[in-house]
Amino acid sequence: MSATVTPATADMAGLDAELALRLGTLDLEVAIRAQPGEVVAILGPNGAGKTSLLRALAGLLPIGRGRVTLDGRVIEDTTAGTWCTPQQRAVGVMFQQQLLFPHLTALENVAFGPRSRGVPRHDARRRARGWLERVGLDGAETARPGALSGGQAQRVALARALASDPALLLLDEPLSALDVDARRSVRQLLRHHLDAFTGPVLLITHEPLEAITLADRLVILEQGRIVQDDRPEVVARRPRSAWAARLVGLNHYHAQVEGYTLTLDSGATLTASAAAHPPGPARVTIHPRAVALHPSQPAGSPRNTWPATIDALDIHDDQVRVHLDGPIPIVAQITAAALADLSLTEGSRVWVAVKATEIDHWPA
Amino acid sequence: MTSGRPAHGRRRPVGPAGDGVTPLRSRVRAWLLPLAVVALTAAGCGAQGDGAASGRVSGELVVFAAASLNDAFDALGDAFGDEYPDVEVVANFAGSQTLASQIAQGAPADVFAAANTTQMDVVAAAGGLSAAPEVFTTNRLEIAVEPGNPLGIDGLADLTDPGVQLVLPAEEVPAGSYARQALEAAGVTVTPSSLERDVRAALAKVELGEADAAVVYASDLVVADGRAEGVPIPPRYNVAAAYPIAVLADAPNPATAAAFVDFVLGDQGREILAAHGFSAP
Amino acid sequence: MSETAAHTTSRTAAGVAPPRVAVALGIVALALLILPLLGLTLRAPWTRAGELVTDPVVRQALQLSIMSSLAALAISVVLGVPLALVFARFDFPGKPFVRALAILPMVMPPVVGGVGLLAAFGRRGLVGRPLEGLTGITIPFTPAAVVISATFVAMPFLIVTVESGLRMVDRRLEDAAATLGADRWTILRRVVLPSLWPSLAAGMALCWARALGEFGATITFAGNMPGRTQTMPLAVYLELERNPEAAYLLSFALLAVSVAVLVALRERFLTAT
Repeated sequence: MSATVTPATADMAGLDAELALRLGTLDLEVAIRAQPGEVVAILGPNGAGKTSLLRALAGLLPIGRGRVTLDGRVIEDTTAGTWCTPQQRAVGVMFQQQLLFPHLTALENVAFGPRSRGVPRHDARRRARGWLERVGLDGAETARPGALSGGQAQRVALARALASDPALLLLDEPLSALDVDARRSVRQLLRHHLDAFTGPVLLITHEPLEAITLADRLVILEQGRIVQDDRPEVVARRPRSAWAARLVGLNHYHAQVEGYTLTLDSGATLTASAAAHPPGPARVTIHPRAVALHPSQPAGSPRNTWPATIDALDIHDDQVRVHLDGPIPIVAQITAAALADLSLTEGSRVWVAVKATEIDHWPA
Repeated sequence: MTSGRPAHGRRRPVGPAGDGVTPLRSRVRAWLLPLAVVALTAAGCGAQGDGAASGRVSGELVVFAAASLNDAFDALGDAFGDEYPDVEVVANFAGSQTLASQIAQGAPADVFAAANTTQMDVVAAAGGLSAAPEVFTTNRLEIAVEPGNPLGIDGLADLTDPGVQLVLPAEEVPAGSYARQALEAAGVTVTPSSLERDVRAALAKVELGEADAAVVYASDLVVADGRAEGVPIPPRYNVAAAYPIAVLADAPNPATAAAFVDFVLGDQGREILAAHGFSAP
Repeated sequence: MSETAAHTTSRTAAGVAPPRVAVALGIVALALLILPLLGLTLRAPWTRAGELVTDPVVRQALQLSIMSSLAALAISVVLGVPLALVFARFDFPGKPFVRALAILPMVMPPVVGGVGLLAAFGRRGLVGRPLEGLTGITIPFTPAAVVISATFVAMPFLIVTVESGLRMVDRRLEDAAATLGADRWTILRRVVLPSLWPSLAAGMALCWARALGEFGATITFAGNMPGRTQTMPLAVYLELERNPEAAYLLSFALLAVSVAVLVALRERFLTAT
């Protein structure tokens, strides 16, 4: 695989999983490792297989072939015929929809794990109380899940997952079902607890912000395969797929590079400032802020200019993302003031200019 | 009054006076069709009594007859139909107490043939008869057992054996009342397993093999066709069941009803009844 | 004001009123359903209620009905819940067919059920004949036959209700419980059954009400003997011929039970889910 993978360490602590499975139209084949204390975010478009991967690691989904070890212990091995039930795996899961037991109180929910493992009721409740306090819910012990807000419910879900003392923590889009305020506070909570958690953590998300603030590493999963496995800053600068590029907000193209010339799939050409040796297929990214808009054809140094039509405008606070249609579809980011100065609206015709120095490319 | 437009906005057709057609008329129109349907159906129900109006023997004849008369009255109905081709005989067979109750509740019937005078009296007391009843046949009791009489039942006394599953018609059923009379006369006390709602239901239990014995009419065993065997009850314990027949007061088809009763009482009727195991009145 | 638009509906304070045709038909339907109940209430001889209720026939019938219907309920729960679990959770060859058969008694005419029970458990029946041959035990005409008849017609109600309740239990909750270390028995006990309870309760109420009212199969298979097999519905049927007043009163008693069941179940019955 061409993606960078964290090298396996000799002592095999943490999670080491290589698995393949088929589910409906999904064909998943991945190799993933996570060190103790490491938080790995898994991102990808819908249907990529993120949730299936999580469920397979939790033992809720059978795999076709593969081997999964956790802290040196083999929890699944298709060639050897070993398979640990979810109960035996010591995997804590935080689900997108919380999945709190509706007929039990918050305290009983959190105590469920320890009690199922044989801890006497009294001790289990004491442990649960401690965890509820740690997630900031010590007043909500007797509340039923139905009476809790989204954010509160996720706190209980986190406490419940951690209370059973897992060796691996799996979180399936823990923030996506929450409103903006709850998201902020739960994100902070997660940050705190994930830092404190000694085992490996896999976190599924589709929010780049979430991934960047919480994760040590990003894994991009597309159509059942890992296309990139890197630190967040690497992914942000050099995304390896169109989807990843969209995720981090970059314009992204495939091209053939020869010398300084990049020939895009559409046939249009760009001139880069760095030559490519040897010629061949390349990935090209351009940051939206590097895209300049002019009311008429600009004179002067920019060599990459072309006429375009404004397709759509996305306004966030004082920044505007301008979606442009033309020989090279591209997204520009300008200030709202600039938008007003140029009197631009949907359908306006402009000239796009990109400096050669702002075009990043690397071998595909 | 303004333009006559109701608040909900339905447009009314404007009549010649220009002030709107009277709402009443259109409402009546709306109900006319369903009422017509109901009226015609009711008239249709009453149309059964054609024969009544003209005094002719024709049309449908509804006969309520005791369960034990099942096969006999089917044959009587056919024979009567042969003689009067315009007549269709429809029979309802059940325990006489059930029929009396149905008549009291207003069931439309022309003729009632009961297995005892008690149930006929019930109908008479309610004013349900158009003329005095006449006894048209008699019957006696017999013990029904499985073919081959595997338990070797000889008489009423054997019915007390705890190993014998005995069923009797319920007390209100004429056959049940007769059976109790016979058992009392024989000084026998039995514990039946079930009390059936008519004599044929009791016989059926024996035919099905669920009961070992039942007290039924001799005529029932004549038509049992080998599915059950009879053990006679000596005359000193047995009863002479008298079957009365009468035309009902509310008969929809009284002329045909009277003709049918005459037929049953006549020679042909007597012949058919004898062939089915009944005795002369 | 748009006079031409929507000229078959009218606005009321509560919102748009239903179309007149629906209301008219609805009234007819209600009349059909309510008038018999009203008739019973008004015709029942309340002044004689005391003497009728102490009649030994009535007391025996009542006692037998209650005991046998509760027994039928117990058997239905013990046998029906596991079957509902199988239907809800597992697949096997011929499942639709088997499931249809299990539900059949619900739609079958009860007398037909009675004849079938005779064919199976009667003295000459499939099971009844060897049973009598080996043990001398016969089933018809016994209180056991009453219980079997009632169970036969009532258990499908429980199965169907519990099965649909099981389908509504969120399987993902069971997944969550598994990851927390709960074994299958604990999951059943602490996650599934508490979720299932409302459906189970509704199924039990329906089952019991049906068992209580069973007539056709009972009179065919169990026969009719006061104190032993004459349940309330049978008593009503026979009382009707002997003593119509008592029949009205007994009917009303049974009706009151049915109404009580409906009221207790109103949430489940009368709302969509």
